[in-house]
Amino acid sequence: MVKSAPVVKSVLRKIASILLLLLAVLVLNSVLIYAAPGDPVEALVGEMGGATPELIAELRATYGLDRPLWQQIGVYLGNVVQGDLGHSLYYDQPVTTLIASRIGPTLLLITTALFSAIIVGTILGVFSAQRRNSTLSHFVTVLSLAGFSAPVFWIGIMLILLLSVSFPIFPISGMTSSDGTTSTLGYAMDVAHHLVLPALTLGLIYLAFYSRLARTSMIEVLEADYIRTARAKGLSRRSVVYKHALRNAILPIVTFAGLQFGQVISGAVLVETVFAWPGLGTLAFDSILRRDTPTLLGILFFSSLMVVVMNLLTDLLYRRIDPRIKTS
Amino acid sequence: MSDRATEMPTPPALPTPIAVPEAVSPTRQTWQMFYQNRAAMLGLCILLVIIITSIVGPLLYTVPPREMVWMPLTPPGQSEYLLGTDYLGRDLLAGLINGGRVTITIGFAAAVLTVLIGVTIGALAGFFGGWVDTTLMKVTEFFQVLPNLLFAMVVVMLFSPTLTNIAIAIGIVSWTATARLTRAEFLRIREMDYVKAERSIGAGNSRLIWKVILPNAAPPLIIVAALSIGSAILFEAGLSFLGLSDPNAMSWGRMVGDNRPYILDSVWGVTIPGLAIFLTVLAISLVGDGLNDAINPKLRQR
Repeated sequence: MVKSAPVVKSVLRKIASILLLLLAVLVLNSVLIYAAPGDPVEALVGEMGGATPELIAELRATYGLDRPLWQQIGVYLGNVVQGDLGHSLYYDQPVTTLIASRIGPTLLLITTALFSAIIVGTILGVFSAQRRNSTLSHFVTVLSLAGFSAPVFWIGIMLILLLSVSFPIFPISGMTSSDGTTSTLGYAMDVAHHLVLPALTLGLIYLAFYSRLARTSMIEVLEADYIRTARAKGLSRRSVVYKHALRNAILPIVTFAGLQFGQVISGAVLVETVFAWPGLGTLAFDSILRRDTPTLLGILFFSSLMVVVMNLLTDLLYRRIDPRIKTS
Repeated sequence: MSDRATEMPTPPALPTPIAVPEAVSPTRQTWQMFYQNRAAMLGLCILLVIIITSIVGPLLYTVPPREMVWMPLTPPGQSEYLLGTDYLGRDLLAGLINGGRVTITIGFAAAVLTVLIGVTIGALAGFFGGWVDTTLMKVTEFFQVLPNLLFAMVVVMLFSPTLTNIAIAIGIVSWTATARLTRAEFLRIREMDYVKAERSIGAGNSRLIWKVILPNAAPPLIIVAALSIGSAILFEAGLSFLGLSDPNAMSWGRMVGDNRPYILDSVWGVTIPGLAIFLTVLAISLVGDGLNDAINPKLRQR
């Protein structure tokens, strides 16, 4: 247990740096509102169909928009610390309530897509690394090239055309069908049925990335000295590949899973929009249409929070897989 | 040859002409390798066709892209408008040609911005080290944490979706990878003997950064710059698909977004513009991979 002290210390340092990053996101949010032409009150007044100058001034005072920048930042920070991300002008609800109601579907979509992509991608990469000129290996190269180049929303639309329109296997959009199935199992099956296409779309992009990463990393590891040693000791091929090589080859995959989480959220925004998946992404899309600034900024902050938490988790996982990393 | 052989009856070791490889400059060698790479040359050709079409196309094909010209939702090949029309009766081909201009222009502009910001920050961090490095890397980490598309959406929505704002927004969220790579290259190169030699004869910091280290760090940065054009085009497509595009300009992503509610009536309306984005970015990726192979022949094992 003596060993765990530096780990705790470095995790604490990590958390401090996370808090600093989140603080920076909040400051950036208030600076953006301040710097942007027009303000939320104008949008609100537009929605109400006009107001007297006195009312506009009063509203500005209520939102603190008549104060200097540093005070606005202070007000915003104070509110967020109390769990108040502002009020959605369009939905007439607190932004936190809105986000809380949308977070479940987004997490379901992202974790399904990311985990399938990492697992399948690692398998593809590991197999193709062992036979570099096989059909599978060329398939991985082509897949990764296509995955890097195709717009994710277009892949989604093409999958809809293929698997919902031409061959109506999966529903076109939404998360549930409104046929009133009440049993828990029925509901779960229904959601899973709706989840396939969006998760496949988002997953394909990352499958392309992870299969290439796993392949490169595995090729590199297989040429390392300790693998030659393991072979020289007379260990079986299987034992060399899965016990010695895989554990090391998987490290960059874990690192990238953490680093890329922000991009996965961005991808989810597009995929949710295509499939009308009722998560944070569709909420972000709707708030753009309605110029609902507080909601969009709230989503930005909350997604940043998810990214840093994810980074922390992958960091801890990395320590478990690679015992060489104790501190730093 | 035979005359010489009789005049100088020396052992055969000297006169036999061994094929000495012609001295080739590294740049030329790189181009030769690139030229021999079929996939990369194919990518380059596709890219040139797309770029030339988007420059010359709007002058030769003058159908207005944003006006109703024919019956809405006409399939391709059933009217004088080759690729058919969309739900508002706008000519798809005209949209494609004019949209290409916008998409490619924003892609290049955003990529230039990405490289400028990334190289500057990475160079300063890697060259000076110490607190400059710590601070700049914190900033980089911050921009890595920020979900890039959401942040660009906020910026474009708050500051109105003009072409300039969109390019700036993409540049601001995309530079972190370039910065990290530049920093790593600078950390490596600044310890090289030739850099120390330059320093010892009194070269100033700015000369060392821009004239000595940067040219030597250029090869990997060129590849990243090429690939960042592709990601910028994808990014712009995503933004305009979500409706964040200049209302006065056509763009491929916007065409897909506009036609999405009508996929059941107009498969071509969503397929063709998306295919254009895909082909363009694919061509750029092929060129980037080809450059990578040509510049780092040792790493050709991927």
